[in-house]
Parts: sequence; C-alpha cells; structure tokens
Amino acid sequence: MQIHKYDTVIVGAGGAGMRAAIESTKRSRTAVLTKLYPTRSHTGAAQGGMAAALANVEEDNWEWHTFDTIKGGDYLVDQDAAEILAKEAIDSVLDLEKMGLPFNRTPEGRIDQRRFGGHSRNHGEAPVRRSCYASDRTGHMILQTLYQNCVKEGVEFFNEFYVLDLLLQEDPETGVRKSAGVVAYELATGEIHVFQAKAIIFASGGTGKFFKVTSNAHTLTGDGQAAAYRRGLPLEDMEFFQFHPTGIWRMGILLTEGARGEGGILRNKDGERFMEKYAPVMKDLASRDVVSRSIYTEIREGRGCGPEGDHVYLDLTHLPPEQLDAKLPDITEFARTYLGIEPYTDPIPIQPTAHYAMGGIPTNVRGEVLADNTTVVPGLYAAGEVACVSVHGANRLGTNSLLDINVFGKRSGIAAAEYSAKNDYVDLPENPAQLVVDQVERLRNSTGGERVATLRLELQECMDANVMVFRTEQTIKTAVDKIAELRKRYLDVSIQDKGKRFNTDLLEAIELGNLLDLAEVMATSALARKESRGGHYREDYPNRDDVNFMRHTMAYREVADDGTESIRLDYKPVVQTRYQPMERKY
Amino acid sequence: MATPTLEKSGKAPEPEAGFADSPYITATFRIRRFNPEVSEDAQWQDFQISIDPKERVLDALHKIKWEVDGTLTFRRSCAHGICGSDAMRINGKNRLACKTLIKDLSPEKPITVEAIKGLTVLKDLVVDMDPFFQAYRDVMPFLITKGNEPTRERLQSAEDRERFDDTTKCILCAACTSSCPVFWNDGQYFGPAAIVNAHRFIFDSRDEGGEQRLEILNDRDGVWRCRTTFNCTDACPRGIEVTKAIQEVKRALITRRF
Ligand SMILES: Cc1cc2nc3c(=O)[nH]c(=O)nc-3n(C[C@H](O)[C@H](O)[C@H](O)COP(=O)(O)OP(=O)(O)OC[C@H]3O[C@@H](n4cnc5c(N)ncnc54)[C@H](O)[C@@H]3O)c2cc1C
Ligand code: SF4
Ligand code: FES
Repeated sequence: MQIHKYDTVIVGAGGAGMRAAIESTKRSRTAVLTKLYPTRSHTGAAQGGMAAALANVEEDNWEWHTFDTIKGGDYLVDQDAAEILAKEAIDSVLDLEKMGLPFNRTPEGRIDQRRFGGHSRNHGEAPVRRSCYASDRTGHMILQTLYQNCVKEGVEFFNEFYVLDLLLQEDPETGVRKSAGVVAYELATGEIHVFQAKAIIFASGGTGKFFKVTSNAHTLTGDGQAAAYRRGLPLEDMEFFQFHPTGIWRMGILLTEGARGEGGILRNKDGERFMEKYAPVMKDLASRDVVSRSIYTEIREGRGCGPEGDHVYLDLTHLPPEQLDAKLPDITEFARTYLGIEPYTDPIPIQPTAHYAMGGIPTNVRGEVLADNTTVVPGLYAAGEVACVSVHGANRLGTNSLLDINVFGKRSGIAAAEYSAKNDYVDLPENPAQLVVDQVERLRNSTGGERVATLRLELQECMDANVMVFRTEQTIKTAVDKIAELRKRYLDVSIQDKGKRFNTDLLEAIELGNLLDLAEVMATSALARKESRGGHYREDYPNRDDVNFMRHTMAYREVADDGTESIRLDYKPVVQTRYQPMERKY
Repeated sequence: MATPTLEKSGKAPEPEAGFADSPYITATFRIRRFNPEVSEDAQWQDFQISIDPKERVLDALHKIKWEVDGTLTFRRSCAHGICGSDAMRINGKNRLACKTLIKDLSPEKPITVEAIKGLTVLKDLVVDMDPFFQAYRDVMPFLITKGNEPTRERLQSAEDRERFDDTTKCILCAACTSSCPVFWNDGQYFGPAAIVNAHRFIFDSRDEGGEQRLEILNDRDGVWRCRTTFNCTDACPRGIEVTKAIQEVKRALITRRF
C-alpha cells in the first residue's frame, strides 16, 4: 500500500473534474485520480450543445434561461442554484472559447447558437436559440479543450486509478465528520493507494449502467455516489432519471436532440407527426420526459413502427444533405455504421434511452457536500453528474449538463483549493484501506457460483422493465424485490481473473456492487414518491402533488446492530425564490 | 515473443436454438493473448461464439469475457466510437472494436484480434499509452495567444473555423500512430496523432503559437520522418485526412505560411 499526500484530490477527469482541476491546480497542490484516461470520459459523447443566453443570434437573457430550467425541472429545482447556473453560463461559455474551444460561428464570427428542447423566449412563448455548439460533438470539444488546458497548467493525473472508498474522520471535539482522503485501486498493478487530502472533489459522473438501453458508457457505474452512500452520506432525488427520447432502437446510442433542433420530426407508423398532439407549441422540442412518454404512448396504443411495433422514427429526410453533413455529421454516421441506414433518405428507428441521473450526492451552490439537509462535510465537494445541486430538479433540460459541469466544476475547484489553503490535514483512520482490501480479497478468493455478467444483465432487464418511463407501485415493488434477490446472490459472485495486472474482471464485479446499491436506492425512493413529476412518472399517481411532494428525497444507508442494512428516506425543502409552481405545458 | 501457437480454446454457450431465421452465426475469434503474470510468451487463442453478425467486435469480446474467459483484457468505455479506448488490430488492420461490425469482416474465416503495434503490450489487448500521450503533450496542444484577452469571445469567421475542422475530430485512439511503419521502427517519431493535434492549432486563426510548434515538428523526430504511406489515413476511425494534415504541416514549414 502506498500513501500520498495532496492539498486537493479530484476524483474523475470528465468535464467537471478537469474544469475543477484547472482552477485548483493554480491554487493548491492537486492530484486528479481517474479510472479512465481523461479523454475517454463520457463528457466526450455529448453532442448537442451547452446552454447560455449569449443572445448572439436573437434576443435572450439569463432570466428566461432560469425560468426554463425551473419549469423544465418541474419545479423541483432549487431556484437560487438555477439562477447561478443561468447567470454564470455566459462566462463559462466565454471561458471555454478563450481556452480554445472551436465553437461553430455566425456570419459575424460570433459563437453560433441553436434551438434545444425546453429552452424558450420570454417564459415559453416560442423556442429560442440558446445552445452554443461545435457541430454535433460539443462534448468532445469541451473534453478535449479542458484536457488541453490541463496539459497547459501541468495538472497531475493518476490515470486508471479507481477510487473505491471515501475516508471520513470524526472531529473528536465537535463530532463533525470531515473528509480525510480516498482509497484507490491501481488498474495496472493491483496496488492499493491511499490519498490523504485536505479537500476532495468527487466528479465521477453518472450511473446509467443499471439500465440496459442507455446512452451511457460501460464505465458509468456510479462509483462516487456508492462510495459516499456507503459512508453514511445521503443521496438526493435518486428516483429522477432522464430517459432521452431518441436513442438508437435497441442499442441506446444517443441521437442528439439537436437533430430535432435542426428540424427533425418524430413520426409513428402512419407517418403522423404525433408530437403535435401532445405539445402543440413546442412540438418535437417539448421537454424530454414529455417526449419520451409520448413515444411510449404511441407504442402502447399500437402506432409503433416495425414488426413488433416497439419503436418510432426520427425523420431527417426533409432536411438538405448539406445541413446534415454540416450540423449532424456524427449522428448520421452512427445511423449508417450501426443500422446500415442512410438518413438522407430513410427515417431512423429510435426509442427512449436511459440518459442522465438528476439525483446524486447533495451539495450546496459552492459544491460543498451535505451530510443532511443543512450540515456540510468540511473539505468534501462534488460536481457534475455525480452531484445534485439541484439545478435539474425532476428533469434536466438538454444542454444544461455541459453547463452544470463547467459552472459547478469551476466553483468547486476554487472552493476546494481555498479550503485546503486554510485548513490542515485530518488524520487518516487506522487501517485506512481496510474496506477496500477486504472487498478486493473477498472477490478474488470467492468460489461462489454466480457470474457478474448474469447478475448485471438481470438487473438491467429488471430496471428497463419496471422503473423506466412508466412506473406503478406494482412495477417498482417488483424491482425492489428483484434487486434484493440480486444483492443476496451478489455475495456469491466469483471472478475468473485472480491476477493483479489489469484485472478488469475484478473491477467489473466491484462496479456491479455499486450499481446494485444505487438501483436499490433509486427504486426505494421512487416507491415512496406517490406523484408524477418530471422524469418520475407514476401511472397510479399521474399528477404532480405539490402539497405532499414538493420536496427533495434524501436517502440514507442504515446499518442495524446485527448488520442488516436498510434505506432510510428523509426529505429536504425545495428552495423557491421568485417562481411559483405552475402546471407545465409545452 | 514466441511464435504464435494455438494452445487453448474456449466455447461460449449457444443461444436458444430452434429458430430457422435466427440471426446468429458461429464465428471464431483468434485473439493474441499475453499476460506476463502467467507466461512471458504471447500466444493465439481461439474462441468460438454464436453471435449476431450485425453486432460489434466489442460485443464479441464482451461475450467472450463475460461468458467464457473473464481474464480476457481490453479497454473500452463508450462503445460507439467516441472515447478512443479500443483501438486494436482486427484482421490485420487498426480499427475500433466498437465501430467494426462482425459482418464486415468475412466472419466465415477466423477473425484475428491483437493489440496495436509499436506500443508495449501490457496484457492481452492493453498497451502502454504513456509514450503516445507524451508525444501529444510535446507539441503544445493548447491555444497560445498573446496580448490582452477580449471581454467577449474572439471573433472567427466561419471559413477560418472550417480551416481546421477536420483535425478537431481526433479522439486520441492511436490507431494512426500505431499503424505507421516509421513509428514501428522508431518510437521516437512523434507519430501522426501528435501532428494532427499540432495541425489543429497551427491552422486555428486565433492561435499565435504556430512558429513554436513548427519548430518542434521540424526536429529530426518530427514531420520529415513521414513517408506518406497513408496507413494512418486508412486507420483513422474518425475519417480524418491524417496524411493531408501532415502534408499541410510540412508545407507550412517550408513556406512559413499558415
Ligand atoms: C450520449 C450523451 C450525450 C449528451 N449530450 C449532452 C448535451 O448535448 N448537452 C448537455 O448539456 N449534456 C449532455 N449530456 C450529459 C453530459 O454529457 C454529462 O452529464 C456530463 O458530461 C457528465 O460530466 P461529468 O464530468 O460529471 O462526468 P464524466 O464525463 O462521465 O466523467 C466521469 C469521470 O469520472 C471518472 N471516474 C468514474 N468513476 C471513478 C472512480 N471510481 N475512480 C476514479 N475515477 C472515476 C471517469 O474516469 C471520468 O473521468 C449527454 C450525455 C450523454 C451520455
Ligand atoms: S487522428 Fe484518427 S486515428 Fe489518429 S488518434 Fe486521432 S482519431 Fe485516432
Ligand atoms: S469504446 Fe469508446 S471508442 Fe470504442
């Protein structure tokens, strides 16, 4: 075991982690631990754009953006945070441009902007062009630009280091738990490393892999959320997961909403533009939860396409090929590569795909992690998809996440470095790596009969069937029971690779453990929320219930004296400033 | 390394049989295995699996790892050609496993899969990427500007933006560099990927570090080593005209105009 000491440690090198690293490296001795090489992070998969009311192509302002964000999130958004997001959006886009990001340009040479779902002029009058973009590879350009600037700033990376535990230490005088460090597993050697740090930022991304049809990478397994949760920190609003309307049928690979922003149309088997029925004003550009439900309603009512009627079409055939080549080259190539379909002439089969975790580790607007509704954990920060600020509430608007990772990545990078400048190290607990050593040894030595891949597939199929776009008490209960069964069987998982070198067999087993923990939290939180709001739609409670459920869910892991685990649910008020909840219509 | 031998073999469980129109075929994947914890020698191993030929090579590797042999080791993340993790030599050509469909590989014959060449193999299909990223860092892959920053964005015409569009697509997968015979013979050569990333800045109208970067590439391990074999262009999964970019850098070195 090796022990390292840094002022600030950042877990994750996606957009949020690297944006934080650029700030914190200038101010404190910083290490970035990442299970992937930085440029492999899933921020690179983002296509459509990053929202900011630059008003480069038409009238716009950050107040409209704030309103759209709150309405899009079905009023579960903390309004003070949304205001910061929308206000600081403008500088964060300009920051990226100055760092070198090659945005598409207007004829005047300014950053070009396009339409995106849920973003509107003057509180819902009509779609507005707010998304700043670089072709349909905006996330790729953000990830590359941030990595380039990390190279420039000399950021210190530990690549292919998997963080598996968070170390907290109770202050003997005050009883407050402070962050002391993290424990990481080095892929290349199997060695375990303890990183002691004054400040720690979790920026480890999402957890989409508990679904089967998903736009998320294989590596998005919620490691950060699970580590915090296992150490007794709450997870907020985990029942809210976004299902993006346009994933490639069966594969889940995303086709950006930008395709509809450019004029693409959703059609059922009769060729009907069905979104006109569900969202007369915004039509195909209504918010994602609305469009995903509309697609499944069409499918359920027998208007789906294909022999099994299990998908609909994204039609781009009326758009000029030059426009597709210029604005949507990557996604049209996905259709050609993976489906053998030519989007110039043929519509693309799509279905909703599990896309984005609105919930996560609760933080305040400085990125400080909360131990309960109000107490911060000194020295612990989170930013990006792993965190819940909450700027996305019950449903995130497209282009607001690339924004979130930049705004709150930067904020937490500055706050963490300032914290480590002012504070001392907290002592490491005795045997700091014990939990990880035990976990690794148990898996390496297990002779049980269960296989990781089997359990993972059963979990994913169960989640797709029971807690996706439509949920009921009965389906969620089915999921809860199944997850409990899988968690039991997980204790009998064994792996074939017993070696130390690049043991991805072992890490997949650990990742599955994280997915199971988080799936249980998601299903349990969803069961208790007897209303429909944003991405959480209960057929048995189809309306939003502001009287009982205008509040954030806070899920805690409880361990009884006899070792039995359970989930305790609590709730946290939503911060409302100037926007009163209204019915959401598009 | 020893001569390739066929020593081990594994077989995946068949999918539910009985459907005449089953899309599944039986394909053989001949994979070059190497694990110094077990043996100093690399060897070829055959795996026969049933799989839908419309699936990706990555799906086949997963099927083998998940159902037959958990020790099979490779990198991957996004599974749709965007993260650059899984460049490998498939039937002798560098490609991304997640962007290569089995049906496009004549699956009636064994499909060979091995690590990319020119970088040290660490285990099975995993190579040491550090020298590759070092060459990238050496070309100063970041925007260099002088003078005061504007308050708003820097202006750039759509034409100027288009000038370097192609080379912004790079995902640093190393398929190009590890298909280059010059790089195989001499790992000191910067390699095409680093030059592509230098090109991305040299031809960006906002950048003022072009001279410095050109000096770096004028080095004896720089662009002049390129013998225009076009392997890199053929290998690039992002469709970047790599050789053209290298030629443009060479021309800029001669004319000092970019
Ligand atoms: C296909 C797709 C398209 C999208 N398009 C858009 C869009 O157009 N606009 C928009 O606003 N949003 C979009 N999103 C959402 C947005 O891209 C993501 O939410 C955002 O990029 C997440 O960034 P992140 O930095 O939080 O995480 P990531 O980029 O996922 O990075 C996570 C990092 O954490 C590291 N990590 C994870 N676990 C560990 C561990 N245990 N130890 C060490 N390191 C770890 C990884 O190595 C990685 O570096 C899209 C998402 C997807 C999937
Ligand atoms: S130029 Fe192409 S082949 Fe080379 S590293 Fe970049 S994406 Fe890969
Ligand atoms: S897995 Fe990301 S490029 Fe293949």
